[in-house]
Amino acid sequence: MEEKRLNPDALLASIKREEPKGKLTIFLGAVAGVGKTYSMLQVAKERLAEGTDVVIGWIETHGRTETEALVQGLIKIPPRSLEYRGRTFQEMDLDALIARHPQVALVDELAHTNIPGSRHSRRYQDVEELLTAGIDVYTTLNIQHVESLNDIVARITEITVHETVPDRILEEAFQIQLVDIPSEELTQRLREGKVYIVGQAEKALKKFFRLGNINALRELALRYTAQRVDQQLSTYMQAHAIAGPWPVQERVMVCISASPFSGQLIRAARRLATSLQAEWLAVYVETPRRLPISEEEKDFLVKNLRLAEELGAETMTVIGNDVAEELLAIAKKRNVNQILIGKPLHTKIWEWMHGSVADKLINKSEGITIHVIPGRAKPMQFKQRPAVNIPKVYSFFPWVNILLMEVFLTILVKTFESFLGPVNAVLIYLLPVLFSALRWGVAPAVLSAVLGIIFFDFFFIPPTLSVTIADLRYLIIFFIFLLVALLMGTVASRLHLQISYARRREISMISLYGLSKEMAALDELDSLLQTVLQKIRQTIEGEVVLLLPDEGGKLEIRPKNSNQSLTFFDENERAVATWVLERGQVAGHGTDTLVGAAGLYIPLKAEQKTIGVLGIKPLKGQGNLQSQEKNLLEAFASLAAMAVNRIKLSEQAQQAQLLTESERLHTALFNSLSHDLRTPLASIIGAVSGLLEGEDIYNAEARRELLQNIQQGALRMNVLVNNLLDMARLESGRLQLNREWCDLQDILGVAIQRMGEPLKKRELQIETEIDLPLIKADFVLIEQVLINLLENALKYSQQKSSLQIAIRRKNNYLEIKVTNEGEAIPEEDLAHIFEKFYRSHINKKITGSGLGLAICKGIIEAHQGRIWAVNQPIGKVSVIFTLPIEKKNLKAWNV
Amino acid sequence: MESKGVRILVVDDEIQIRRLLKVALTAYGYEVGEAECGQEGLNKAALFKPDLIILDLSLPDLEGLEVVQRIREWSQVPIIILSAREHEEDKIANLDAGADDYVTKPFNMGELLARIRTALRHIAVGKNEPALEFGDLRIDLAHRLVLKVDQEVKLTHTEYDLLKMLAANGGKVLTHRQLLRGVWGPDYERETHYLRVYIGQLRRKIEADATRPQHIITEPGVGYRLV
Repeated sequence: MEEKRLNPDALLASIKREEPKGKLTIFLGAVAGVGKTYSMLQVAKERLAEGTDVVIGWIETHGRTETEALVQGLIKIPPRSLEYRGRTFQEMDLDALIARHPQVALVDELAHTNIPGSRHSRRYQDVEELLTAGIDVYTTLNIQHVESLNDIVARITEITVHETVPDRILEEAFQIQLVDIPSEELTQRLREGKVYIVGQAEKALKKFFRLGNINALRELALRYTAQRVDQQLSTYMQAHAIAGPWPVQERVMVCISASPFSGQLIRAARRLATSLQAEWLAVYVETPRRLPISEEEKDFLVKNLRLAEELGAETMTVIGNDVAEELLAIAKKRNVNQILIGKPLHTKIWEWMHGSVADKLINKSEGITIHVIPGRAKPMQFKQRPAVNIPKVYSFFPWVNILLMEVFLTILVKTFESFLGPVNAVLIYLLPVLFSALRWGVAPAVLSAVLGIIFFDFFFIPPTLSVTIADLRYLIIFFIFLLVALLMGTVASRLHLQISYARRREISMISLYGLSKEMAALDELDSLLQTVLQKIRQTIEGEVVLLLPDEGGKLEIRPKNSNQSLTFFDENERAVATWVLERGQVAGHGTDTLVGAAGLYIPLKAEQKTIGVLGIKPLKGQGNLQSQEKNLLEAFASLAAMAVNRIKLSEQAQQAQLLTESERLHTALFNSLSHDLRTPLASIIGAVSGLLEGEDIYNAEARRELLQNIQQGALRMNVLVNNLLDMARLESGRLQLNREWCDLQDILGVAIQRMGEPLKKRELQIETEIDLPLIKADFVLIEQVLINLLENALKYSQQKSSLQIAIRRKNNYLEIKVTNEGEAIPEEDLAHIFEKFYRSHINKKITGSGLGLAICKGIIEAHQGRIWAVNQPIGKVSVIFTLPIEKKNLKAWNV
Repeated sequence: MESKGVRILVVDDEIQIRRLLKVALTAYGYEVGEAECGQEGLNKAALFKPDLIILDLSLPDLEGLEVVQRIREWSQVPIIILSAREHEEDKIANLDAGADDYVTKPFNMGELLARIRTALRHIAVGKNEPALEFGDLRIDLAHRLVLKVDQEVKLTHTEYDLLKMLAANGGKVLTHRQLLRGVWGPDYERETHYLRVYIGQLRRKIEADATRPQHIITEPGVGYRLV
């Protein structure tokens, strides 16, 4: 049953293709000399005639006149010159081209390798940048440069091409134009000297251009193009839900190792995956038996993994004892139905002993197709130089111990000779061998064995007291001893190395985990950055630097005061880091981009944006970081990026909150002003207008009352204005305390006096201790506090009720308590009443700006005192504040 | 006290204040002259020959302090300054420079009139007054006696000097500095705590309720006056 359902992957792919990016047209040829550049120029000229802005980025005419003729009339971007190893070279000026931003750029020779000093190491990377910038590109390529076909081409021509272009470039290209001429015509051209290939001797040329070769390459090119067309058609059909057979979703897996044979495997896997339109995995299984691996091996492994990645595989590294088992486990998990494995060239005996991986796989595969690819080259033998430097702890200690042990044992056995018998005696001599093997390793074990043999021979084997062997059967014992020593010793030392290796891995994992935990807790940006730096330094040996952009966008080292001395970071490095920041791609030492840099720069990415750069200069010489270390670094980087982002977001949130709070206050202020100013104004204007207009209507008493209204209104406005001014001064921080020695009673007296009539109507009880010390305070401000508190007390109490004021000394403070009779303040409001514009909800009829207590709080706290409110038992409320007593030299007061 | 014919010069740039004062003071029988700015004030001080000057400190052209200083160069005419709230330093500076008293805006008319009367009284009182009276308080300068409701009050030497100085100023305000200089000497200009302590002691002796003083009035941040 044919389904018309859209295949989501295909749909996605087709969407991606519609992204506004430059379009790449590749003029593909089987060999040099078919006329790719010529065709490209022809097409370019046509476009130019149509009015398109076409510009030449780089063209190789090789001096051919026909080609040169076509170049005339096209604008050329002048190349830039680069010095390398004392010679000057010319390369395409990428920046100039991007700046020029034509519609179409012509870039010849896609597979070219750039001179060191260029931004990218390969021209195809330059082309990618052009495409990202939105410029269409025409380029040329020979089939031998396609990565996945590299080994096939090598087989055909017996020449290995090193400059390859990853397949994805071709796959993502808009169009591939095959340029083909009949083989005979090509050979003709060759004879006429019209074909020019750089750097090949004539003989090699002749060899390369054999007819058979040319045909084979042509077929390869044709097949490749055809396959691509087929794929495009299929994708098109799928994206548009055209009925067609859906391929079952295949998945391919290839097992790779450090051997260069893996390269072949990888390419083969790619071809298989492409033809099946399947995803593919490249897996490396680390077995303890193979540990530790040497630097050389590591390098090859990294190369192979990278190759697989470049060709589009998902790479995985797993640890396990049995390669076949691990592979099958992954296959099951990931629904792999095709596995590629290489047929190694071990001898039958070796295979019999170690078991062939291929055989195991085939046996246990249950429905997975196993492809066994025959190897071409012999696997390289790697010197067993351990990568992990375990300091040799061999000192004299073990040797002495062994000697002592043997001596001791001999004495022991000799003593109990008759009881033990020769068999037991021998077995007892085995013990130190085992012990030495497990404890110290191979060499001490062997020594132990030898010593044991010698002693045994000397003391126990007839003729005793001489090192000869009468009975040859004892040779077997010696042999076994040695064997035990060697085997145990080897196993033990391998075990030790494995343990330390595993420990190292554990440390890096713990480090990562620890970092993520720590970062979750840290709120402050600099301390977080410091932690990240520390953790990275612990795990990777080398210099580390963290860079974040400042407000202007320029990268600066953070945290600012880190006391680290960076030897490698200079302006060039900063430029590289800036590039990384802009592009969001890894660059620097050990990558393909900006390889001249001293350090490796990893972008810190959070939510699709690059927010910073992590720079590392590894310590071990030119050692490229292993993929494992790189993964770890990238994990660090992404953790760090997330944490930095989190902090930045929370800072933003805080700012937003402050803004909201400030808005709230402004609104409250406006509301307060508008109401509290307008109300008294209303009564003033009303009363005044009444008096002015109705001069004769009001009698003396009425007039008086209206005038009093006016006075009260005005006074209220005065109070409000003063409150606002006070509040503004407190807020602005410009409150200057005129501190002088004050008598609190004095202040109280003034405050009471100022209150005037309203206070006189109430009973005011004042309790003060005798001989209260003077305090250093601002007289006017403290007076204001008392007035505000008294006003509040009046407002929130009944007309006839009394007020109390108590002043007491409490240790180093003076405590002043203002109490009124009134409704208790709700518990939850007790702290809030000192906030600006806060009004109690209990009695809405009471007017006021809500600022009085806030002002008191501001003033008291500026004096280093405290202010708070309490509900007193049975209907009383107190507001209490304290002022510190200065420990002044009291002698001065005894006047 | 007769106010007929007493000339008061009002120096203020605010027309509302000038109008207000003109109306009020004229109603009380004073003759009122006006000046809009410091320079005009100085001119009119010479030409109008006022018996008292009410000077606003916030003038557009000259600092109030400068006006006071310049007038004091050639005249002892009583000067009352009008100042805004929270500018204690200005008040103190002007008082130390020779102004007699001050009133804070917004002011109570009654308060202003009282201060005017007090300031004018000073002229009328000659130098050889044997005794000064403030309500139920009587200070016999000749005999160094202080009587409260005709009861003698025992004062220490310093307390008496302090009271005398306040009394001699006839109800006008004296700054802390002026008091400290006058009673203890120029070296004690900054020793405010002395003043506080002694004022406290004085109040306890001569006031009916020390917490609600009637005679020795504190001018917050500025000084004291005796009424």
